[in-house]
Amino acid sequence: MGVMRILVCVKRVPAPGAKIVITKDEQDIDSAHLGFTMSPHEECAIEAAAQLVEQHGGEITILTAGSRASDEQLRYAASVGAGSLVRIENNTGIDWDPQHTARSLSTAVQALEDEFGGYDLLLFGNEAADTGGYQTGIRTAHLLGRPIVNAINGIEIVGDSFVARRETPSGVEVYRVPTPAAFGVKEGINLPRYPTMKGRLASKKLSVAVVEDHSEPGEQCRVRLFRPNEAAKETVILGRDSEAAGAVVDLLEELGLI
Amino acid sequence: MSNILVLIDSCEADATETINELLTQGRNLANQVNGSLEAITFDPRHKELAGAWAEHGVNVIHYLTNSALHDYGPQAWAQGIVQIVSLVEPISVISCGSDRGHEVMANVAAILDAPFVSNCLSVTAGERWQASRLQWGGSLIEEVTVASTFPVLSFALHSCETTLSKISEPLKIISHEIELDTESAKTIVIERTEKPEGQSLETSAVVVAGGRGVGSADGFNVLETLAKLLNGKVGCSRAVTNNGWRSHTDQVGQTGKRIAPDLYIACGISGAIQHWVGAMASKNILAINTDPEANMVKKADYAVIANLHEIIPAVSDEIVRRNGQ
Ligand SMILES: Cc1cc2nc3c(=O)[nH]c(=O)nc-3n(C[C@H](O)[C@H](O)[C@H](O)COP(=O)(O)OP(=O)(O)OC[C@H]3O[C@@H](n4cnc5c(N)ncnc54)[C@H](O)[C@@H]3O)c2cc1C
Repeated sequence: MGVMRILVCVKRVPAPGAKIVITKDEQDIDSAHLGFTMSPHEECAIEAAAQLVEQHGGEITILTAGSRASDEQLRYAASVGAGSLVRIENNTGIDWDPQHTARSLSTAVQALEDEFGGYDLLLFGNEAADTGGYQTGIRTAHLLGRPIVNAINGIEIVGDSFVARRETPSGVEVYRVPTPAAFGVKEGINLPRYPTMKGRLASKKLSVAVVEDHSEPGEQCRVRLFRPNEAAKETVILGRDSEAAGAVVDLLEELGLI
Repeated sequence: MSNILVLIDSCEADATETINELLTQGRNLANQVNGSLEAITFDPRHKELAGAWAEHGVNVIHYLTNSALHDYGPQAWAQGIVQIVSLVEPISVISCGSDRGHEVMANVAAILDAPFVSNCLSVTAGERWQASRLQWGGSLIEEVTVASTFPVLSFALHSCETTLSKISEPLKIISHEIELDTESAKTIVIERTEKPEGQSLETSAVVVAGGRGVGSADGFNVLETLAKLLNGKVGCSRAVTNNGWRSHTDQVGQTGKRIAPDLYIACGISGAIQHWVGAMASKNILAINTDPEANMVKKADYAVIANLHEIIPAVSDEIVRRNGQ
């Protein structure tokens, strides 16, 4: 490998707290009073890229498909190690769906590679925090002809390959994938660093390259979004402060746990 | 005839119950279109399992092999499935909504440039397929239509009750030697280590979980003591793993573990939706929080309004006292 080039794809999502409110037209979540973030999986993918670059040298590009507001997530990524930021502006007038997103991402990656050289590693979050489609990374990798493994909890470079680990319900699997490769990363692969003041300042100065998207929309179409019914129930307050200990142990006995 | 192809992943630790739920969904779809339910397996033990699958509505089992396929490979499996798709010409391919199920279906959909609707709760076949599916890790439901005659689907875990449906014709088992190219062979597992048997967060009957309110890594000692007395395990929120107090393997929630213990004790956890989706399947939830307005307190079955550092040792002492009697 020469200078290692890594590209990480991220998605801007609202960050709801105790409850999600849906808009009147049932098409989206009401984010008027919410902050925005990206999935923890994607934060970990950026950190994984930053650690690989610290160990082996290289450079990190962040790519997102979204409106101008997504620059916030791109700049966050820059504050923790990314050197170039690219955003795909949706010019189709049709909402993103997984097929459309993957077409746009792969077209943009191809154009970046034609201009600046190939990426050794593409990283994605295992699934987006909001839509949870479990496919954007895999579709994008296929369109670019790269091997991809999802649900990864560890990546190292060994020779000309990436050795990746995956925790499963029954144990651990190891994959050895030759470069150029792609992975869908899961939270837990590392503990993402916090941005430093210096990183924050530098990220403000970085420009975001904007590319247009003219990709075909996909075949999945939203009808509506709603919250599942939750049976309204009264919480039984067992007591306050340490006096409640007796009542808690009564409950444990009642449930047959002691 | 319209057939449904279903991937049965019995090689992985997928519970029999998970497979039976998936087959129930598959049989339901097959009935909608008057078709047969044809299973794909990579499991050499499939003959032992075939009877149970047939009882849940499977008509045909396709057993896929290749000498290079000594273990799981998402892209190799997908390549094999695509070969069966061109043979059987099903109207859909389905799997369960596990990491593997999602991964293989996404690869199948990518190869065929078909839509993939993941984590479905219910599906109606038709000119335009209709489905309801989970978003936000299970906090929201999305209804979608699919403008395709061939959607790829995965079904959310616990999306239905299992029902038996015996088929009158005898079960057919067909073996296929599939072709693999060098590309899809690149992602086959090269090494595997099995976890030692034993209790895990997912299988434990009691989970004592701590959040930011615990305050430090050492603060978890009182939770460990209580968990031991109850023969349970300690879990945590993302605030805890983010602070480096505990390992991510203990995290409960959307990007952590989904658990369903008999009792979940949430100590100093506010109950954000991303945490709640990991714990909501618990049979009983006890919240311990200083804030009576915390979402966890409002949603729990039982609550104690208290400082966890005082109440938890008091509960442990009381258990020891009663045990001694
Ligand atoms: C896409 C996405 C995915 C996420 N995935 C997960 C996930 O998998 N799991 C997860 O947990 N979170 C997840 N989160 C984060 C989630 O939104 C919350 O930020 C997190 O759950 C908060 O953790 P907490 O309840 O411990 O902390 P806080 O929200 O800070 O709550 C602390 C609570 O402790 C109480 N408290 C404080 N001191 C005491 C005391 N001495 N005694 C008793 N009570 C006390 C407070 O009253 C408060 O209710 C995710 C977020 C996003 C955006």
